[in-house]
Amino acid sequence: MNDLTLKIENLSAGFFTDRGYVPAVDSVSLQIPKGQVVGIVGESGCGKSMLARSVMGILKYSGRITGGSIRLCGQELVGMPEKKLRALRGKDMAMVFQEPMTSLNPVVPVGKQVREALLLHEKMDRKAAKQEVLRIFERVGISEPEKRYNSYPHQLSGGLRQRIMIAMAMVCKPKLLIADEPTTALDVTIEAQILQLMRQLSKETGMSILMISHNLGVIAQMCDQVYVMYAGKIVEKADVNTLFADCTHPYTKGLMGSVIDLKENPPRLPAIGGMVPNLLHLPEGCAFAPRCPYASARCQKERPSLLPIAQGHECRCFERGLG
Amino acid sequence: MDGKILLEAKGLYQEFPAANRKKVHAVSDVDLTIYAGETLALVGESGCGKSTLGRTLLQLLPPKAGSVIFDGVELTTLKKKALKPYRRQMQLIFQDPYASLDPRMTVRDIVAEPLETYKICATKAETTEKVKTLLHAVGVPEEFLHRYPHQFSGGQRQRIGIARAIALQPKLIVCDEPVSALDVSVQSQVLNLMKDLQVDFGLTYLFISHDLSVVKFMADRVAVMFLGKLCEIAETRDLYETPLHPYTRFLLAAIPKADPKDREREKNLLQGEVPSPIDVPTGCRFHTRCPYATEQCRREEPPLRAVGNRQVACFQTEF
Repeated sequence: MNDLTLKIENLSAGFFTDRGYVPAVDSVSLQIPKGQVVGIVGESGCGKSMLARSVMGILKYSGRITGGSIRLCGQELVGMPEKKLRALRGKDMAMVFQEPMTSLNPVVPVGKQVREALLLHEKMDRKAAKQEVLRIFERVGISEPEKRYNSYPHQLSGGLRQRIMIAMAMVCKPKLLIADEPTTALDVTIEAQILQLMRQLSKETGMSILMISHNLGVIAQMCDQVYVMYAGKIVEKADVNTLFADCTHPYTKGLMGSVIDLKENPPRLPAIGGMVPNLLHLPEGCAFAPRCPYASARCQKERPSLLPIAQGHECRCFERGLG
Repeated sequence: MDGKILLEAKGLYQEFPAANRKKVHAVSDVDLTIYAGETLALVGESGCGKSTLGRTLLQLLPPKAGSVIFDGVELTTLKKKALKPYRRQMQLIFQDPYASLDPRMTVRDIVAEPLETYKICATKAETTEKVKTLLHAVGVPEEFLHRYPHQFSGGQRQRIGIARAIALQPKLIVCDEPVSALDVSVQSQVLNLMKDLQVDFGLTYLFISHDLSVVKFMADRVAVMFLGKLCEIAETRDLYETPLHPYTRFLLAAIPKADPKDREREKNLLQGEVPSPIDVPTGCRFHTRCPYATEQCRREEPPLRAVGNRQVACFQTEF
């Protein structure tokens, strides 16, 4: 099983709050083969960012991993001492965040911020590191790399800042890149450029990508495998073509229905009624049952498990196969 | 749409001061007509001036130059007091449902505020009844009347913002990115609601958005904006089927299609970034990114001209 870059098994993580434990990630298993782009799609609060942060070991506030295992190229990350974890972060795994402005240091020139990883992980001297940074700047499509090296984040546009973030993540040639909504803050024309860049980099370096997005368009364009997440659980898993041609879970169907077709012109949009449940008060049965048009009495009472329905296609639903 | 003009803007300019005595040219020489009962979408990338244009039309920002005629009345020359009766006919729905509702007011007070400002109802009880009717219209349960904004989800907050906007039965609502802060499944609910309300209340929308899919669903006509100028105005169907202006074509091509079999976007991507609205390029504002730009485009600014039943600002004659 050495061809797996990332293997997550039964991972649970959540927040301990005054009002109780919030199970943001609930027994999630996920695999990323080498060189593949795997997507996680879901709405805000479904636990997708929490999952990504668990892998990086950078949970916020009172967040804790409460069970399960995360293996990066065979190495167990859960329970790893912070010092060892720090040696992996930025080297073997790196992350690109949604909002590049808040993830860059505003008072350090961007070139120096990117260089930091090389000084730390590759033990390069400053001169060689700078050359390497300039090379990666060019690679990610930053024009005039020399000039940009000394720029501060506020002097750059959103698209350029995100390129800097990608350069920073890529500079040590990580095995795994985690991209958490990398283009959500960008305009469409810039989004298209960034997605294209990430795909090229993955192809050239054999790097695996965990792509987190709420945008099914981005998922369709980027991913090989897709996991759909709802209320902390994986509800459907399939390869990208199967998912878009033949999704099974009612929630996935609802999401697909909400995508506005540019060719057709419906008088109304199909919408999923209701809203995402409060993780503190999850329903007794299937978490999606209150919003599900196919929910039966059983769905209200029991929680379905994630079961295979075809080769490589899994679904968490009692009523799967419904219309 | 009965072809009656509700709002007409001519030669509208809006500028803001920038460092070193320079100016941000946010809106430059915009002519725009909004017909009664239609949804006109204003699309463009961030910083192109679409929100500024929306606010300038509403006289929330007094225009630097140009005229805005609303329902036959020139608004730009009116004094504050004289403008007030027109303000109630033009409302705004904001992008961020978290920032646009006062956290210290209850839902009842938020929706009642415009009714009280314009003394619509005689008594407090009557106002509350009216608020209940409005909440019912936007699908917020009546029992939430005395709750505060933080107790609601984003979608419900946006519904409350919509109830406030329709409280005075306005003629025109400027919707500034009304669904871009919402999740996809909730987004559809709110868009459907806005379409229903348009019919029920006879509303006209100026729908500002950067999301071309949402615009496709909502709009009757679309105006595409680039760096403070309109570059194409067309009926929605025409625009999506045969976009004429090169910028419109690139915008449409850049939408990530929700179809894994359609991954061809490498071929046709717009390169570069939006130029600065402080140092606007000479000639056509799009020429620095346009692969079809000629010498003429670099020197002269193309006017918005009629091509069939649409308007395009491009020197190219054959499309």
